[in-house]
Amino acid sequence: MMLLSAARRTRRLSPSLLAGGTLTTLIVAAAIVSFVWTPYDATLIVVENRLLPPSLAHWFGTDHFGRDIFSMVLQGARTSIAVALVAVGVGLLIGVPLGLLAAAQRGLFDEIVMRTNDLVFAFPALLLAILITAVAGPGAVNAILAIGIFNIPVFSRLARGSALSLWTRDFVLAARVAGKGAIRISHEHILPNIASVLIVQGTIQFALGILAEAALSYVGLGTQPPDPSWGRMLAESQTFVALAPWLALAPGAAIVLTVLGLNLLGDGLRDLLDPKTRIER
Amino acid sequence: MARYLLQRAFSLGLTLLIATLVIFVVLDIVPGDPASFMMGLNADPQTLAQLRHELGLDLPAWQRYFIWLGSLAGGDLGISYTYRVPVSELIVERLSVSLPLTLMATALSLVIAIPLGVFAAARRGRFSDAAVVGATQLGVAIPNFWFALLLVFVFATTLHWFSAGGFPGWDEGTGHALQALVLPTIALALPQAAILTRVTRSALIETLGEDFVRTARSKGLSEARSLRRHALRNALIPVLTILGLQFTFLLAGAIIVENVFYLPGLGRLVLQAITQRDLIVVQGVVIVLVAAAVTVTFLVEIAYMIADPRVRVGRT
Repeated sequence: MMLLSAARRTRRLSPSLLAGGTLTTLIVAAAIVSFVWTPYDATLIVVENRLLPPSLAHWFGTDHFGRDIFSMVLQGARTSIAVALVAVGVGLLIGVPLGLLAAAQRGLFDEIVMRTNDLVFAFPALLLAILITAVAGPGAVNAILAIGIFNIPVFSRLARGSALSLWTRDFVLAARVAGKGAIRISHEHILPNIASVLIVQGTIQFALGILAEAALSYVGLGTQPPDPSWGRMLAESQTFVALAPWLALAPGAAIVLTVLGLNLLGDGLRDLLDPKTRIER
Repeated sequence: MARYLLQRAFSLGLTLLIATLVIFVVLDIVPGDPASFMMGLNADPQTLAQLRHELGLDLPAWQRYFIWLGSLAGGDLGISYTYRVPVSELIVERLSVSLPLTLMATALSLVIAIPLGVFAAARRGRFSDAAVVGATQLGVAIPNFWFALLLVFVFATTLHWFSAGGFPGWDEGTGHALQALVLPTIALALPQAAILTRVTRSALIETLGEDFVRTARSKGLSEARSLRRHALRNALIPVLTILGLQFTFLLAGAIIVENVFYLPGLGRLVLQAITQRDLIVVQGVVIVLVAAAVTVTFLVEIAYMIADPRVRVGRT
């Protein structure tokens, strides 16, 4: 509703919103379609078909096990999207309430939340993810956990910062006078007002999550076989890059298009929801 | 200002101390016993117990933490379970690859980003600006390890200009060693350059709207001159801040890129240590990287205060 009314207000959609929205929709659609249809079974090994170049039968060629790369890319989309999306969800579900509470309570609780955020930020994100997957073992679920943990301070900082500026506004004062408690005000008045900022940050974190999942899978700590993953496809392609460069092209391009789409979507949403930033960028 | 800096130094020191605790706790719960890993599946229980005792693994966790912390304060990171050499030696040896790689990538990203950001800001709203912004969008979206693979395919396997991987070592001559780092540097610098170009452009556009730039223009200074002499200097402050903050991300990013090029850097060391359950090495590398992150953050704050008098005055 919020997005529709903003779109109506500005009367036209920005090119980045259109391009980002289209790319993201296409990739998400491909991921959904892969649940019911792929040209071939993505896990089917056909040795006699190994390392076939792109053709009408195999649009993106085949890998060293004779598996159809187009089918693997389609299924890889759902792995990447699922991991990144749930990781954003983890960050939102834990980070936003923490940030809202810190802004509402201030004092010791606020200090603890902020210092914990500082602590997490002291670890370079990828290193933290590698450390967590090393401890918990490789796999998609642990990759979600690793990426999600880094999303928590991102959202809690953003929610706290945005909420703090709202706590001095008249409508919040009116709610306090009406006898509403801090939690109820945060839920009913603050959260709807910071939703747009959270949505924009959500798309950025989503894109970063796709990159992080690919990086983790590339070093063998993310999604495990037989589930196809773009990062692992790239790792497997490395040995054959001189013989069969198409092995590396399709999964890499899929990552780039997904991240590009999400970043453009984030930019477009920011323009739509906060027109002040449009000129600066 | 001195009081503020002391406060920040204390706060960052505390962050580092808590980070050591977190790293210790996290790695202490890793499944798998390093001693069993070293001795193999058919190890004699008595020898295994002796090795666990030698490594100090039979002590309670809190005792091991304080022993580790004490050694850490003295610069001793322990002895690697698998390499049987001091971890600090291993880290210094591997840093001789990772650090030049990260520094070269930082320098290259600056060389690309600053002129490109200035170019785009000076032509804001025009086609060339849109082209630069589009290129940076693409640069941010390209995973550095994929870009690295493409570089290997084009420049190593097809054109044979560079080797596809490996590192001859600095003893074989600086030229050979630097040549081995060219492709990894480019791969690591690309996303960084894209981010910095965007920051430079935005900061410049914002500064160009400030009163002092308008005054410079009204005094008759040309747009190019006012941009170079007045706007750029001010716009560089946020650029340097981001650059400092990104430095540790580059060090971490090198973990993946080193893997593509089989470079014997910190990244390969930590990933190999994880698979070999050589936790003392993992602990050492992680704490060095976190300490680097905390130190760089602090240095950036000091640089920021020196560069921007408004910050300095505001905090005295």
